[in-house]
Amino acid sequence: MITFGSILSSSWPKIFQIISVIVLFFGFYGIAFAAGARIKGKKQNSLAIGLFLVPALILVMTGLGIPAIQTFIESFKNADSSKWVGLANYTNAVKDPDIRLAFINTISWVVISPVIVTTLGITLATMLNKMKREAFAKSLIFMPMAISFVGGSLIWNLMYAYQEPNRPQTGLVGQIMVWLGFELKHLLLWSPWNNLFLMVVYIWGFTGFGMVILSAAIKGIPTEIEEAAQLDGATGFRLFRTITVPMVRTTIIVVLTTAMVGTLKLFDVIHTMTGGNFKTDVLSNRMFDENFVYLNYGRGSALAVLIFLGVIPITYYNIRSLRLERKH
Amino acid sequence: MSNKGHASSRPFTSPIASMVVTVIAILWTVPTFGLVVTSFRKKEDILSTGWWTAFKNPSFTFDNFRAILFESGGTVGEQGMIPFAINSLAITIPAVLLSVGLGLMAAYALAWIPFRFSDHIFYGLFALQGVPLQLSLLPLLTFFATGVQLFGHTIFPQLHIVGTLAAVWLPHTMFGLPLVIYLLHNFVAALPREVMEAARVDGANHFEVFRRIVLPLSVPAIASIAIFQFLWIWNDLLVALVFAGGTDDVAPLTLHLSNLGGSLGSHWENVAPAALFSIIIPLIVFFSLQRYFVRGLLAGSVK
Repeated sequence: MITFGSILSSSWPKIFQIISVIVLFFGFYGIAFAAGARIKGKKQNSLAIGLFLVPALILVMTGLGIPAIQTFIESFKNADSSKWVGLANYTNAVKDPDIRLAFINTISWVVISPVIVTTLGITLATMLNKMKREAFAKSLIFMPMAISFVGGSLIWNLMYAYQEPNRPQTGLVGQIMVWLGFELKHLLLWSPWNNLFLMVVYIWGFTGFGMVILSAAIKGIPTEIEEAAQLDGATGFRLFRTITVPMVRTTIIVVLTTAMVGTLKLFDVIHTMTGGNFKTDVLSNRMFDENFVYLNYGRGSALAVLIFLGVIPITYYNIRSLRLERKH
Repeated sequence: MSNKGHASSRPFTSPIASMVVTVIAILWTVPTFGLVVTSFRKKEDILSTGWWTAFKNPSFTFDNFRAILFESGGTVGEQGMIPFAINSLAITIPAVLLSVGLGLMAAYALAWIPFRFSDHIFYGLFALQGVPLQLSLLPLLTFFATGVQLFGHTIFPQLHIVGTLAAVWLPHTMFGLPLVIYLLHNFVAALPREVMEAARVDGANHFEVFRRIVLPLSVPAIASIAIFQFLWIWNDLLVALVFAGGTDDVAPLTLHLSNLGGSLGSHWENVAPAALFSIIIPLIVFFSLQRYFVRGLLAGSVK
């Protein structure tokens, strides 16, 4: 039996640590601001940059900038990074059938799930617009956004739970297959369809995001435009296709690319639900296994670089649109 | 002109739309509902029948929750689930405070202090926001463990934080900063120029402008981005797995839950209440502060 007392005594150092971080942060900047307020003239610009910007830059460079360069270099070295091997990690990765499968799976993830998320998102956003109880329905569909993908994976593990055909099913999806008269399958082992069942978890978790963003964009369409189209006789699907979709085009791209980056990096669902087994491995999970299970740092780094290469076009596109926007 | 009463102003005809929306809303809720029901069922019931049959002859219990929270030596761990929740808090709170606090100051510096390379730094940060954190996990872990050596000389000493909570919240702070700075920059840069300049003319320097004007005006933006970060860090698995891996002492809920789900895949009498326990805090945060959360999302995506 555990008592609150025993939990408290073992957690006290952790709680103390939270408090000290808070006190140190506010204490340091409290003093810095009090002192900084007295300084006049040109000097205060550089002092302000030093205290405002430099800490963040140091953290970002230590955490992201320099390590990214290191990983890039590591990817040209062998398993324990003692020897240069040129492009061997990349060519071996392409030759290895398991990694090739992880590639193919990743590509299907990146193609299929963002399209579904965006399609569902805009459909829901359009249908919900001005509907009764709009906020309530939105909350329900949006709720999985607050649930971790680990939690979501377990929730769906329960949905996909499998029992021998002669026993009562404990997973709802399996039971529905029985009710509809389909052949009962262990869904997470049923390759290649199990990839789709895993995608369902991501789609379930991310559709709310697309819906909320697109909904805001749709509400931003000037009513005059919609009314003019209606005077011209556009209703229903035609109004959707000729007015709604073109008017929120940029937002559609935002949702699509965000979901693409998300699926490219997706790790939690695979790690929790199948561990990459049963032909469901993806690059991100494989990269983790290479680095931290097989301890092949060279190959793990190469896979991380490949994920990065997949993100580059999207980042490039985003920077370009940001520059255009800042010019205006 | 009001749209009320004009059924045709809705792109889809209403009855079909209502039906589709209702079906999807139910589909989206049923899985979570199944988890909730399962966590209140008796062990033998969970194993023998599906949770949707539980309402025929209801027999619910709190035993599962008592087991995961207050019984030691079980499958859940020596101390039950509560210490993992405290780890989650001890990782999330410092990381949110530091990333949002430092991020706001950096955003102000980039938006309102003119200096050379200011634009380059801004674009650099924006580009780093796109770097998958997979790329930096291993080198950062090595850096924490060994410091920096060059030609046999120690340039930077090891940090002695491996295996501590700081080794988890520090990476979260680092990884979160680019996005936080970008989002807050959008907001801070849009503050009225006249107000800022009037304060400067009155002799206020950057420290005073930040404390008296920027900080109070940014409270809504800070709130929405803090919630965003909170959920993101609380729900993370990958960073926890790499930087808290191997020791239960600093493992957050997600990590412990992922291990539970893997090692006792079918012990639903433990996994279901544990999963529910882990999503309660984010759900409370989400439902009580949904408005701010949505605003944060929109700030990040619709420009």
